[in-house]
Amino acid sequence: MSVESIFPRLEPLLPSVQKPIQYVGGELNSQVKDWDAATVRWALMYPDAYEVGLPNQGVQILYEILNEREGVLAERTYAVWPDMEQVMRDNAIPQFTVDSHRPVGAFDVFGVSFSTELGYTNLLTALDLAGIPLESADRTDGHPIVLAGGHAAFNPEPIADFVDAAVLGDGEEIALAITEVIREWKDEGEPGGRDGVLLRLAETGGVYVPRFYDVEYLPDGRIKRVAPNRPGVPWRVEKHTVMDLDQWPYPKKPLVPLAETVHERFSVEIFRGCTRGCRFCQAGMITRPVRERSITTIGAMVDEGLRQTGFTEVGLLSLSSADHSEIADVAKGLGDRYEGTHTSLSLPSTRVDAFNITLANEFSRNGRRSGLTFAPEGGSERMRKVINKMVSEDDLIRTVTTAYENGWRQVKLYFMCGLPTETDEDVLEIAGMAKRVIKAGREATGRKDIRCTVSIGGFVPKPHTPFQWAGQTNHETVDRRLRLLRDELRSDKEYGRAIGLRYHDGQPSVIEGLLSRGDRRVGKVIRAVWEDGGRFDGWSEHFSFERWTSAAETALAGEPVDLDWYTLRDRDEVEVLPWDHLDAGLDREWLWQDWQDAIDETEVEDCRWTPCYDCGVCPTMGTEIQIGPTGKRLLPLSVV
Amino acid sequence: MPEGPAPAPVIQRLRVRYAKRGRLRFTSHRDISRAVERAVRRAGIPVAFSAGFTPHPKISYAGAAATGVASEAEYLEIGLTEPRDPARVRAELDAALPPGLDVVDVVALPEGTGKSTALADRLQASEWRVRLDGVAAGDAEAAVSAFLAAGAVEVERLTKKGRRRFDVRAAVSALEAFQDADRRGTEATDAPCAILRMVVRHTTPAVRPDDILTGLRQVADLAPPSPPLVTRLAQGLLDEQTGVLADPLDPDRETASAAGDEAGPADGSALPRSGDAAGVDAVSARS
Repeated sequence: MSVESIFPRLEPLLPSVQKPIQYVGGELNSQVKDWDAATVRWALMYPDAYEVGLPNQGVQILYEILNEREGVLAERTYAVWPDMEQVMRDNAIPQFTVDSHRPVGAFDVFGVSFSTELGYTNLLTALDLAGIPLESADRTDGHPIVLAGGHAAFNPEPIADFVDAAVLGDGEEIALAITEVIREWKDEGEPGGRDGVLLRLAETGGVYVPRFYDVEYLPDGRIKRVAPNRPGVPWRVEKHTVMDLDQWPYPKKPLVPLAETVHERFSVEIFRGCTRGCRFCQAGMITRPVRERSITTIGAMVDEGLRQTGFTEVGLLSLSSADHSEIADVAKGLGDRYEGTHTSLSLPSTRVDAFNITLANEFSRNGRRSGLTFAPEGGSERMRKVINKMVSEDDLIRTVTTAYENGWRQVKLYFMCGLPTETDEDVLEIAGMAKRVIKAGREATGRKDIRCTVSIGGFVPKPHTPFQWAGQTNHETVDRRLRLLRDELRSDKEYGRAIGLRYHDGQPSVIEGLLSRGDRRVGKVIRAVWEDGGRFDGWSEHFSFERWTSAAETALAGEPVDLDWYTLRDRDEVEVLPWDHLDAGLDREWLWQDWQDAIDETEVEDCRWTPCYDCGVCPTMGTEIQIGPTGKRLLPLSVV
Repeated sequence: MPEGPAPAPVIQRLRVRYAKRGRLRFTSHRDISRAVERAVRRAGIPVAFSAGFTPHPKISYAGAAATGVASEAEYLEIGLTEPRDPARVRAELDAALPPGLDVVDVVALPEGTGKSTALADRLQASEWRVRLDGVAAGDAEAAVSAFLAAGAVEVERLTKKGRRRFDVRAAVSALEAFQDADRRGTEATDAPCAILRMVVRHTTPAVRPDDILTGLRQVADLAPPSPPLVTRLAQGLLDEQTGVLADPLDPDRETASAAGDEAGPADGSALPRSGDAAGVDAVSARS
């Protein structure tokens, strides 16, 4: 049975909403496949506004990979703004895909990619608008399988009631595997109905189906155990790792939106994973091991990507792009290829390393050298040992001096506040560092227009990191330390005016902390917030701390736990954590030891350049580090 | 100062007529300019760039239709560093743009064309088609008669210079209403639907179709129940005697005809009557 487009009903309403272009689709390289010719149909969602969601690499890659398969169809949907939500409710228009404006409820799979936990309330809006029951338990055979992915899915327990399934890790292969399971189940006449297909997925060991697991609690509120509640369901669910990124050169045909979005460039992942071992970094822990894309594949992807899109900027993405074993050749090769074509290259952020200035120079051949960004993360040497960000203040000064000597005028420094063991003095040392940066810049250039911007975010302990056991610093302390730092910078007559400070208040970090390390009981809080009107929690103008705290009080009233219990509490080694049955490959004992090393201010090396230090990922997952050099070079393109 | 050689000079200027159709009527002017710049790159058209740290492609736009308004007659001008066949540019640029942003006509400016032939000067008026769903043709006709009979019709609107009150009657060269003869879409075909067709001079402040609708509401209480679907059908030189708009690219085409290019205009100089303008009913073009 064919599914009608809702566009004829939507179109007359579009003039009444903000930025209607975000709801009409029609992007270059978007696809509309024949509904009836497909057996497995995916609706992919990035649960934020179109302008943020469209450039998302994960969604674009899956969209393309799924649509390449015969009999498989994938369309996209995004969170609608509150004005549109109202219009849709008033006119009984369901959550729709932008590709062919079909109702999300008509698809087989509703896959939602969570980069951040702050998208959870937007998931509920989409489900509700789609006419899909909010809770998995209330869904019937006709409803899509609601599937969560993305980094936040490494602890999907807070949304366990709302999703039918979750997958951990790289999506390319598992999305196709899930498609095959569903296709077979449908071909066989859908035996066992909804539970039948979920059980088949769970039995693979690579798809987590929360309701096939029971959580038991201790009287004090901690978890007693998490156990499968039916035969065939494994005790642990493993993450997925794509080996050999050269076999998966996606996106090949990136989407080019008509609307303005947050990233207007062609992005290519130059590697996945990071073994620098920064203890606060969830991405670095859950994406191990390092898997490089070769210089030749990168070159071919950039060539094809620019041709397909007409973009003028290329972003070389990864968790630490300067660490690619052939980054210098990549930069020079691309720089040579696109010299004089008004194409610019960019790296997301840079380590504090003088070599990176050479790289940055390569990326700015047209002479424009406005700003460079470095992330020391911790203000004091002691703090950086705790978080394993191995960079000394002298390194930083040497690096910025080189940058200023090479014509750069502005340096941006990223830090975190509220890190484990942090004191007021640790944060105040950021001011000293910033002043040294300005002083070094003035000496190196003899100029007065040297600037430094200090940008600080609140630290949130994350699952699957050594800091998963750490109590989060309360927001009052974070705010007080940020005020101390601000006053220290402002009071400096000589350097204060050359230093900018950007920070956000600490309250949203507390809620992010609740959602990051929460268990299934937090689902009630999310639902209460959503019912009270909570939407777009990642946007400061929509976020309400009071709404969250009062919802937490009400929803957790009968429980021995509360907001502080989830966020501020130190956990001990034997406590069962809500995500212990979800396997990122990291050895639990190694993580605990790394946490102890953090407290002792002991650093750990990168296993790319030193012997393995047994984080556990490679033997558990059957993976290995894949790095160059390949020794290859990028040749000039015959036709640009 | 930027390093390197000065940017290559413009040696050919192309004037482009394009349409925004169907759902792409919701693109803003900024959306279109980004899409055009990318399409020019994808099509490999040798566009010239300005000098400086952030060089911009030399593409300029003349009076773009508002977001939500469809158009068959938008204009832009591109400066090229190498000469190109306008017919080929038309095809290649059209292929590189998303469906719904369609290139209708491309004309090369004769060498030595100066500022005196600025395209903007030739865009003296626009012809608009406004579809009013849920409005009976008789009501629309009565409102139009009342409007035309009025000496002046003042409306108030927020302009770039703040809230202003201005006459919209004087800018109207032609205005008529009739029953929509070409209903498509999913609604019942017997639902009332009136069409307005108007030729409006480009004045300051600009008189837009929605200003005329405000005027119709004032003089005759005409209140459409749903947002009007507005399409610009043509822009050009206005013949005050006949009320006909002349294709603004024709003068360039005539001068350049020696070059013998075959980039024919979509629908010549004659003003297309909306009643038989099914081919340009952009608003309901989505099948």
